[in-house]
Amino acid sequence: MKIPKRKFDVLVIGAGGGGLRGSLQLAQAEASVAVVSKVFPTRSHTVAAQGGMNAALANVLPDNWHWHMYDTVKGSDYLGDQDAIEYMCRAASKIVIEMEHFGVPFSRLENGKIYQRPFGGQSQNFGGDQAARTCAAADRTGHAILHSLYQQNIRAKTHFFDEFFAIDLIKDDEGFILGAVVLEIETGEPMLIEAKTTLLATGGAGQLFRTNTNAHINTGDGLAMALRAGVPLQDMEFFQFHPTGIAGKGMLISEAARGEGGYLVNKDGERFMERYAPHAKDLASRDVVSRSISIEVLEGRGCGPSGDYVHLKLDHLKREVLDKKLPAICESIRTFLGVEPATDLIPVYPTAHYTMGGIPTNRHGQVVVPVSTGEEPIPGLYAVGECACVSVHGANRLGGNSLLDIVVFGRAAGNDIVNFLQENRYHRPMSEESVESALGRLARWDQKGKGEPVDTIRRELQAVMEKYCGVFRNEDILSEGLGKVLEIEQRMSQVRLQDHSRIFNTARIEAMELENLIDIAVATVTSALARKESRGAHSRTDYPDRDDQNWLKHTLYYKDTRRLDYKPVKLKPITVESFPPKERVY
Amino acid sequence: METLSAQQNLSRLRWQCRRGMLELDLFLSGFLNNTYSQLDHRQQQIFEDILGLPDQTLLEYLLGQNQPDDKDIAHVIQQIRNSAGPHA
Repeated sequence: MKIPKRKFDVLVIGAGGGGLRGSLQLAQAEASVAVVSKVFPTRSHTVAAQGGMNAALANVLPDNWHWHMYDTVKGSDYLGDQDAIEYMCRAASKIVIEMEHFGVPFSRLENGKIYQRPFGGQSQNFGGDQAARTCAAADRTGHAILHSLYQQNIRAKTHFFDEFFAIDLIKDDEGFILGAVVLEIETGEPMLIEAKTTLLATGGAGQLFRTNTNAHINTGDGLAMALRAGVPLQDMEFFQFHPTGIAGKGMLISEAARGEGGYLVNKDGERFMERYAPHAKDLASRDVVSRSISIEVLEGRGCGPSGDYVHLKLDHLKREVLDKKLPAICESIRTFLGVEPATDLIPVYPTAHYTMGGIPTNRHGQVVVPVSTGEEPIPGLYAVGECACVSVHGANRLGGNSLLDIVVFGRAAGNDIVNFLQENRYHRPMSEESVESALGRLARWDQKGKGEPVDTIRRELQAVMEKYCGVFRNEDILSEGLGKVLEIEQRMSQVRLQDHSRIFNTARIEAMELENLIDIAVATVTSALARKESRGAHSRTDYPDRDDQNWLKHTLYYKDTRRLDYKPVKLKPITVESFPPKERVY
Repeated sequence: METLSAQQNLSRLRWQCRRGMLELDLFLSGFLNNTYSQLDHRQQQIFEDILGLPDQTLLEYLLGQNQPDDKDIAHVIQQIRNSAGPHA
């Protein structure tokens, strides 16, 4: 089938902060850059990041990038790669200032310096007193970053394909990635975008779970495209459950609410985090707080008629303070719950929030796969942000590190791609076979007849993932969950669309998004079933302890044979001493 | 682009309701599914204009943190707000 073709130096798939920081670096270096986004770029999920961005500026309390590095390594439960973590924490201060120059209006202290708020898992002096490391533009930091980067890209003449859905990567026989086949949502027509390099920046897969904090667009499209191109996914068993999603609904109440003095109570009004994390209390790391809430509920100390949530208490803070420091959070609580945070308790429960795992990359953003001598890059393929696993978050991400991750590694990938382009000056011959295969994925949805609707299968998948792959897991639950996910995968082949039109056929997009989610669900449950230890967000009741002897390693899941492989954690930083694994106490 | 059928137009709007934040997805998709068809043509046009607003502006309007200057827009925003809430 002959389809229209466009050629660029670089194709960026995804227009959140990671993709746009990468594309900006490239456009400024005078590469021709195409950004493909399934929604209008400033509607990417980065816009939802309320909390802020970590950097050891030491504007409020003493701080140091090395302390930030320590906290991130510890927060990752020692699964983070220490070279990437050092790189990120060292770069953070410079990156914040650079973002300010791009137009991000960071909140100020009275002395004119950038305001910084305390967030979970932050410490001074390697585990000492609470630090204040999170730079914020009120509670719209993500929005400010996304809009600033979009404007900068427009100025740098990045070419945007708005409302185009990426179907699959194109790969030749030698393993080079040559671009992607994309679908224009408006016309329903496919197009080939040829590129010397492709950067995946498609975000996470929060829609795997029924109750999640994510926008509906977060269906992990890039992760599934990588899987289908033969790239493994790394550490997919580590999915972050944010401690304070609005119970049963999912809307996020940012950690900033606890950073500003809010705390959690059980049905007896007890501030239970004092028992689980005597030092950091409600600002312990997210995995720790989420597990503590789950235990309170499981042991019968939950609140409400069914005892299935706990309360976030903000009513000891003055309404003026709440409205000034947490305006959107308070209004969201008022609107969706009909309660007043200045006087009422807020029902919260751990809610699926962030994909720590993803496409394996090194700190230059290159997608890497293991070979006998270590690992080597897949030529022409990069990944950054939540879809990537670099791995700075390891088994658990700290609040304020995701905006930092996307901007630091978006920039790093942009720089590395500039070098790649100097050595790879020409487009390689197109792989028609790979293009046909991508088009086959699209044509599959032209099959007519009766079949189950996409919505039904998606809802079932989300419910299965929540029930069988949630905060607490064990062998029996995960085995049963894997069986159910595989059964859903089987049923997917029987799904048929009723609408076979082309123009704005969003049902077809939603069907392909569901295919993506199913691939990722299999990867997640398979990886979780195999990891027989508890580490960070992966909590096994049958293996309650961390097992560094056997499991201080990254998981790699391959789609073709559903096989698992493992690779060592990079414990060696770039310039400083390694932080060896030790018990994680908050 | 040829003129869209009513169904195509609804699909177009459904995609426009896909936003960067869960809160907006819930507000807008819920309203499109449950209330949009009951609006008169002019109000439907205003809803489309509202979909063109940036996410943050829209969130501030829908959470009542900010009021649009335009009375007609404010009216439709209030209708969207009314359609959401604890019992939606």
